[in-house]
Amino acid sequence: MNTNNQEAPLQGDIEELLPWHAAGTLNRRDAQRVEDALQRDPELARRYALVREELSETIHLNETLGAPSARAMEKLFVKIDAEPQRRQASSLNLGTRISEFFGSLSPRTLAWSASAAALAILLQAGFLANIAIKQHTGGGFETASVGGSITSKEVGSYVLLRFNPQASAVDINQFLERNKLKIADGPAPGDLYRVRVGATALPQDELTRTVKQLQQDKTVAFIAVTE
Amino acid sequence: MQTTSDEVLIARIAGGDRLAMQVLFARHHVRVYRFVLRLVRNEATAEDLISEVFLDVWRQAGKFEGRSSVSTWMLGIARFKALSALRRKPEEELDDETAGAIEDQSDDPETALAKKDKGALLREALSALTPEHREIIDLVYYHEKSVEEVAGIVGIPEATVKTRMFYARKKLSELLKERGIDRGWP
Repeated sequence: MNTNNQEAPLQGDIEELLPWHAAGTLNRRDAQRVEDALQRDPELARRYALVREELSETIHLNETLGAPSARAMEKLFVKIDAEPQRRQASSLNLGTRISEFFGSLSPRTLAWSASAAALAILLQAGFLANIAIKQHTGGGFETASVGGSITSKEVGSYVLLRFNPQASAVDINQFLERNKLKIADGPAPGDLYRVRVGATALPQDELTRTVKQLQQDKTVAFIAVTE
Repeated sequence: MQTTSDEVLIARIAGGDRLAMQVLFARHHVRVYRFVLRLVRNEATAEDLISEVFLDVWRQAGKFEGRSSVSTWMLGIARFKALSALRRKPEEELDDETAGAIEDQSDDPETALAKKDKGALLREALSALTPEHREIIDLVYYHEKSVEEVAGIVGIPEATVKTRMFYARKKLSELLKERGIDRGWP
């Protein structure tokens, strides 16, 4: 425990957050608290102006410190060359390779790819559903076990959904309420949630329309139909 | 244009990719150098230390777990190296330029104020802070580290980070007062 805490004057915790607010490193909730306090309290706003001066001059001071010479890099690579040989980059794990692949795509390409992937999954789901219906209606009998597994399924229409990492809990709650959605399961690997979009099994075209509509919401990073 | 993330570079470095190391170095070496220089106050020592910091990054990339950002991880290594160097040389070395920027005690506050603008006096006061206070001010204002990240780099609880920052700023006000500027705070 820091002994300084005992000597600290009666400062509100808001005032302690001013330096981080000026630097833009507070979370959204704290930043809002500080903003509200600054609106209410002119003395706090005056002190915030002092913080901004300090921030500006600290940046100025550091920027005038210059940079190391090229020798620093040369020295580093001489030392690296003296290190034992290491296995090559082909050993990157799958997660890194996936994140590298997605990182290399432009946001526009990524958005198109996600849409195309969602569409492909929808088509595939429709195709599989067709086959299932044909098999179900075409056969003359049904085993007890198959019948049992069908009736045990949850009723409704579901999608797999990943929320935008920037979305707050409030954003997600509002999104779910606004669209009358319910999280049924998750998160699964990849931060995917199984979300119920309808209490009954929606027709395929309606489900497609719903998915496309939800995809437009900034809270959603990825969405696809699931069983 | 898309840039490869620091995390991907670290994964490549762990696999022995020298080019990834060059990119990471180019991206971060100036900030790491300035952070170290403000602690050790000697350009040659700071330059030596950054090659040591990045050598550690090369060696330990495979152990990076991504619990913090790469820049926060590197500043933590840099801090450790700088403090070790200071322990080896108990007397803080001051090169001419840095020493010149710190204090000019020959003038009384009124004369000093007349000579310099407020910004210059503020920078002078920032340089005159103790290493502990300089460090926290730089991490928050220049390196844009959150309370949690500063706590990770310096190795203190988050509550202490806030308190230390408060006292660093208080000391800054006192140093400015000595130089003829009363900020009316604290």
